[in-house]
Amino acid sequence: MLEQASKATTTMSLKKGLQRRWRLGEKFIESWIFLAGVLTIVVLLGIIALLLKEGLPIFLDTPPWEFFFGTKWYPVSEPPTFGIMPFFVATLWVTLVATAISVPIGVACAAYLAEVAPAKVRETVKPIIEILAGIPSVVMGFIGLMLLSPLVQSAFNLNTGLSGLTAGVMLSLMSLPIIISVSEDALRAVPSDFRQAAYALGATKWETIRHVSIPGALSGVTAAIMLGVGRAIGETMTVLMVAGGALAVPVSPTEPMMPMTAAIASGIGNAVRGGLQYQALFAIGLILFVVTLAVNLIADRVLERQKRKFSR
Amino acid sequence: MIIRINKLEKSWLVLIFAVALVIITGCSSQSTTTPTGDEPSGFFSIIGSNTVTPLTSVWAEEFMKMYPKVNIAVSGPGSGAGIAALINGTTDICQASRTIKQQEIDQAKANGVEPYEIQVATDALSVVVNPSNPISELTIVQLSAIYTNQITNWKEVGGNDAPIVAIARDTNSGTHVFFKEHVVQMLGLSSEDKSLEYGTKVLMLPSTEEGVSEVARNPNAIFYPGLGYLTSEVKPLAIKKTADSPGVLPSIETALDGTYPVARPLLYYTNGIPTGILKDFIDYCLSSEGQAKVTEVGYVPLK
Repeated sequence: MLEQASKATTTMSLKKGLQRRWRLGEKFIESWIFLAGVLTIVVLLGIIALLLKEGLPIFLDTPPWEFFFGTKWYPVSEPPTFGIMPFFVATLWVTLVATAISVPIGVACAAYLAEVAPAKVRETVKPIIEILAGIPSVVMGFIGLMLLSPLVQSAFNLNTGLSGLTAGVMLSLMSLPIIISVSEDALRAVPSDFRQAAYALGATKWETIRHVSIPGALSGVTAAIMLGVGRAIGETMTVLMVAGGALAVPVSPTEPMMPMTAAIASGIGNAVRGGLQYQALFAIGLILFVVTLAVNLIADRVLERQKRKFSR
Repeated sequence: MIIRINKLEKSWLVLIFAVALVIITGCSSQSTTTPTGDEPSGFFSIIGSNTVTPLTSVWAEEFMKMYPKVNIAVSGPGSGAGIAALINGTTDICQASRTIKQQEIDQAKANGVEPYEIQVATDALSVVVNPSNPISELTIVQLSAIYTNQITNWKEVGGNDAPIVAIARDTNSGTHVFFKEHVVQMLGLSSEDKSLEYGTKVLMLPSTEEGVSEVARNPNAIFYPGLGYLTSEVKPLAIKKTADSPGVLPSIETALDGTYPVARPLLYYTNGIPTGILKDFIDYCLSSEGQAKVTEVGYVPLK
């Protein structure tokens, strides 16, 4: 009896000790995760503060109106002029071309993978698409420079193949994997009862995709497109290499142009800390940040709505 | 319990700060020189002109071969970038293909940096076109008109009826600034006009190599690389100072005897008079051995 009782107490104390140790470990991990979460917020706030601190003073020298709508960018002249209209329009063109190419292909590819392709095909193709996302942007720029730009030049009979169009095509290749991957997930999240019901009503495969699956996943597909657009706006190395870098406000995508990211990258090395050009480049960075943030926020909202729709 | 978490947090914060401190102090690149001994050793960086980079790389390689304990990092984002790095204290030597501006000297002095200039070689800035282009010479006034987009077709300067694709370096580049002052604004000519700027249709490319390869590919393109970047795939033009003067092709001889109109010094800037390992390196560059390398790379030696 006594023996049994003492045995019971030892197991009890052992259990308690284990529990305490386990609890300590949990506390440790808990605070580590908490800190990691806080760190990202701190870094984000720090970046915003830095962009504001370094970028806003330019408006003391160049009024916002002239900065946004000025068409002349001569940072190393005396006196310098800062007008970012050419860069802003260039970013619009390049993003437009990239979206126009990547959205139809991306959504179609996602529909194929989610609805048509046999499991074996999907399991081979999807990882390959995800590898495409991992190609470094400088490699994409190099391919654009060596292969695509001569092709674009002869196909459209241009003066030079270094143009917004070339950059847009390369960017579309880079945002394709995001669009395909996220829209495929959205399409597969549409409950299969919907499809079964459509088939039961005698709908063909195409009619089911067109009228049931894609409308059902529309918010997810929209979010995928927004994420792809965000990638295209923020991409730097590729556009720096293949967009041509002319300072005119581009009136057509076939002209050489310099998007905002390329303008920052090509000017920042030359800018003395705290100088006017430095401030102007930070202000461009601020604008770029606000634009991509808005795009990502919209994408997030839409994705959230998609999730709520099917969480019955 | 809450208190305990807070304590844990604090210790973690301290740890993170410590790591950050180590990273920050480890990153500040300053030359580490051992006290004057028999053999130079240590690390220093050279940042600046894309034009000077091929020459500096050869010198750095040779110097590191002679003194295996020396480590030199060379990068060529552009003269402006190099001068900015010198002012910000992130480089030991700045290589430049243009002279430092008064404004930059003031900024340097405000940061406690005393720029010290050393000419290490000379460059004949060549103007190149595609070999299929029939044009063989241009005046500086014509070049200025091309780069300000006043002339946009080759037939206006006696060539084919084809649009001109004018290519320049981006604003990081010393060549961009040198070409603007000496050719676009026609410094020293009677037609000099300081208000002229590059035209907005001019392509600004991030490196000299990219410009040369675009000219090699594009029959209508024109670009201005340094003499060291000339290849057989592009054709250098003879430059006429005025319409009456003879056209001069860029070469070591014409740059040395002063007949080529757009020759320029290639420079090193240091913070104050160089000492220790930096002095050893620059002495090597200026020695007859070092200057022999200048000719090999394709630039013009000092003597």
